Amino acid sequence: MAALSDQLLVVAILGYLVAMLCYAAEYSFGARGAVARVAARAAARPRELATVGAGGSTAAGSTVGGSTPPVVAPVSPAPVSPAPVSPAGGSPGNVGRRLHGLGVAALVFTVLAALAHAGCLATRGLAAHRVPWGNMYEFVLAVTLVAAVAWLVLVVRRPKVRPLGLFVALTLVVLLGLDGMVLYTRVAPLVPALNSYWLKIHVTLAATASGILLVGFCAAVLHQIRAGYERGKRGFPFTLGVRLPVADNLERLTFRVHAFAFPIWTLAIICGAIWAESAWGRYWGWDPKETWSFIAWVVYAGYLHARATPSVKRSTATWIAVVGWVAMMVNLFGVNFVVHGLHSYAGV
Amino acid sequence: MSTVHAAEAPPTTPPDGAPRNRAAGLARRSWRSLTSMRTALILLFLLAVAAIPGSLLPQRNVNVEKVSQYIAAHPTAGPWLDRLALFDVFSSPWFSAIYLLLFVSLVGCVVPRLRTHLQALLRTPPDAPARLSRMPAHAGDLRHDGDPASAAQALRALLRRRRFRVAVREQADGGYTVSAEKGYLKETGNLLFHFSLLLLLFGVAFGSWYGWHGNRNVIAGPDGAFCDTLQQYDDYGLGARVSPRDLPPFCVQLDSFRASYLDNGQPLQFAGNISYTVGRSAQPREQSVSVNHPLRLPKANVYLLGHGYAPVIRYTDRFGRAQTTAALFLPEDDTLTSSGVATFPDANVDPKVGVDPNHKQQVAFWGIYLPTAPSDPSVGHSAFPAERDPRLMLTAYRGDLGMDAGIPHSVYTLDQDEISSGRLQKVGKPMMLKPGDSATLDDGTKVEFLGTRPWATIAVRYDPGEKIVLVAAGLLVLGLLISLSGRRRRVWFRVTPDGGRSVSLVEAAALPRNDYPGFQAEFERIVSEAKGRT
Repeated sequence: MAALSDQLLVVAILGYLVAMLCYAAEYSFGARGAVARVAARAAARPRELATVGAGGSTAAGSTVGGSTPPVVAPVSPAPVSPAPVSPAGGSPGNVGRRLHGLGVAALVFTVLAALAHAGCLATRGLAAHRVPWGNMYEFVLAVTLVAAVAWLVLVVRRPKVRPLGLFVALTLVVLLGLDGMVLYTRVAPLVPALNSYWLKIHVTLAATASGILLVGFCAAVLHQIRAGYERGKRGFPFTLGVRLPVADNLERLTFRVHAFAFPIWTLAIICGAIWAESAWGRYWGWDPKETWSFIAWVVYAGYLHARATPSVKRSTATWIAVVGWVAMMVNLFGVNFVVHGLHSYAGV
Repeated sequence: MSTVHAAEAPPTTPPDGAPRNRAAGLARRSWRSLTSMRTALILLFLLAVAAIPGSLLPQRNVNVEKVSQYIAAHPTAGPWLDRLALFDVFSSPWFSAIYLLLFVSLVGCVVPRLRTHLQALLRTPPDAPARLSRMPAHAGDLRHDGDPASAAQALRALLRRRRFRVAVREQADGGYTVSAEKGYLKETGNLLFHFSLLLLLFGVAFGSWYGWHGNRNVIAGPDGAFCDTLQQYDDYGLGARVSPRDLPPFCVQLDSFRASYLDNGQPLQFAGNISYTVGRSAQPREQSVSVNHPLRLPKANVYLLGHGYAPVIRYTDRFGRAQTTAALFLPEDDTLTSSGVATFPDANVDPKVGVDPNHKQQVAFWGIYLPTAPSDPSVGHSAFPAERDPRLMLTAYRGDLGMDAGIPHSVYTLDQDEISSGRLQKVGKPMMLKPGDSATLDDGTKVEFLGTRPWATIAVRYDPGEKIVLVAAGLLVLGLLISLSGRRRRVWFRVTPDGGRSVSLVEAAALPRNDYPGFQAEFERIVSEAKGRT
């Protein structure tokens, strides 16, 4: 079982990697992708706006810096439709359909990778006869699985956000790769402090919140890129904004994902405190992990407050969400590797 | 933490500029800026930043020993960091200042908001704005076959069924407006969240006033028993409102302690059997206590935290008197390499002469205990935390142990001043002993390593604020969920008579008072329902 789990991890990483390549291919060569845009600009400059405008669900993306209607993305099962008019001549229909296929392939690979990922976690749990988040390796596995599932739920409910998939898959591959190479630990029973039913509650909540916040972080970063692009910036990261949904929609998505994850994170901290009371004799003791959970909570609370304040610019508020994710990462990696605390278990 | 204040009129400046008014104006302005959202956000951010050093530097409330080690290792920076309270971040004046200001800002914001919200709960929804078409959602051209009054009643019933709060107002032109509002719970949740934060702070403060804790390292066995008095604890902390007499009467004894490990040294289980008596009841009760399973007594909880080995050492002095001590050794790493000191202050006292204060012959052994000796003897660390192949390395010292000077001093190390001044001298070479081994010192005295006894750190804690904090945390999550999922919106209908015929013209509009998905869809459903009914 343990060996199967390790193999499934490799399968999952490869799956996400292939999905990432598909997203990337769709991203670069899509009808409204970077390459297509350049081609369109060269071939038919005056037609560009019309072409892009007719392009379907992310059409509003072309109204650079313009005021975009604050309409919520309608829930429609139709994925990005190919551009009906060719930007650069040739056979537009074929190109469009192939590219559409790339997007679908990306989603299919994400689903397959997530299944392998879930299998990896499940076999790990079966091998160890316990919930499979008893050490840092398993925790990162769980967090990334939650992120992958949250991403799939999001993309099914709002197909427009699919261009974000490239960045979600990238983050997943990086985190899982780090996890497999640096944090890997062999299957083992729990250390005594973790041997409690609170492990199931506290760590599950923490992993769920972290996974959803990961998706929120991707949305926040892409909002910044897109907002920069809409302000007319054309430097490196902002060129990626070409095919992203409108900044306003990304911003709204960022807020909703965070508003969903924040109560879960709060509950995770509270359950951790209840557990700490029975394990260590106090509900809060400013252990480094507790301190950084508190810091992340305060930063995310600041984000939600800033978002609700009209005088704070939306992009400023979104930066706070990015800072919140930095605090989460310090909490996950920094605290476990650099600072020694009560939450240091199983080698790390 | 609201934006309500921004909308209020700026403070009126007194025309004559009298000093008192100026001071009052300044106070009012400071109060407003303190309770503004911007200040609250800055304070929140400061709070997060201020917590960072608390996680990077050792903290006294977590580990006093590490703070001392850090200060010793950084002789220049250490004292300065200490002066800035960076080793007590979470009780430092600057950290307290930040969170107290934050809570003052919170009170200054949520109390007026509570008032506003209560007023809103009592008030009927406001009348429709003059131009409904300017609202984010709008639908015109609805018709109703009937006079305006019946149309208004139908719309009122429709909105009531959707659990809106509805007000119908007759207009001068013979028409009606129907105003409806829903989602008051959102603000209720928001206020609940912020007030539970205040309750949480109160719970924490209450716990720190009326709570207390004490720790003691206890060797298993009847001689390790202790009762709940301050003198019996190795270290303790009493809340500001707790006197030593308030400690509940109970006695605790560690009967046995077990630890089991995996082959790679990872701990599997720690458990101790504790027998205890509460109050004057003479009958001791027993309970197994382990990590995650404390012993809960009335007004005190007993936790098992650390553990280690206490080598039992017998020393026979030059007058043939044998003394035995179980010396508590502190673990230094995960494999329980432990070090400590066994002292024999009454050794070598000539029974005929008595104690000679100027020529003491007290004996102490400084030792390192390895529960499992490593295969490579040059490695100074234990290979495994359980006792598979135990070794005790002892170094003997003789002279004045410095115990009579009245200076408190760690019982786990020898007094370095006594050693450096030569009053306490090293005797011979270090001895390596297995259980049962003995060694003879240069003066013919004998030391024996009889074996070890387990010890455990027993922590006794009482925090009466816990329940308050728990309730506050529950309310906090509840408020958060209500607040974040709540949707406050207003819907209006304007019914106007259509030129005397028994037909009314109906116009609808809606305004979301916070940003949420599904607003447009809900409005469309209401409009289509209105079409069906009117």
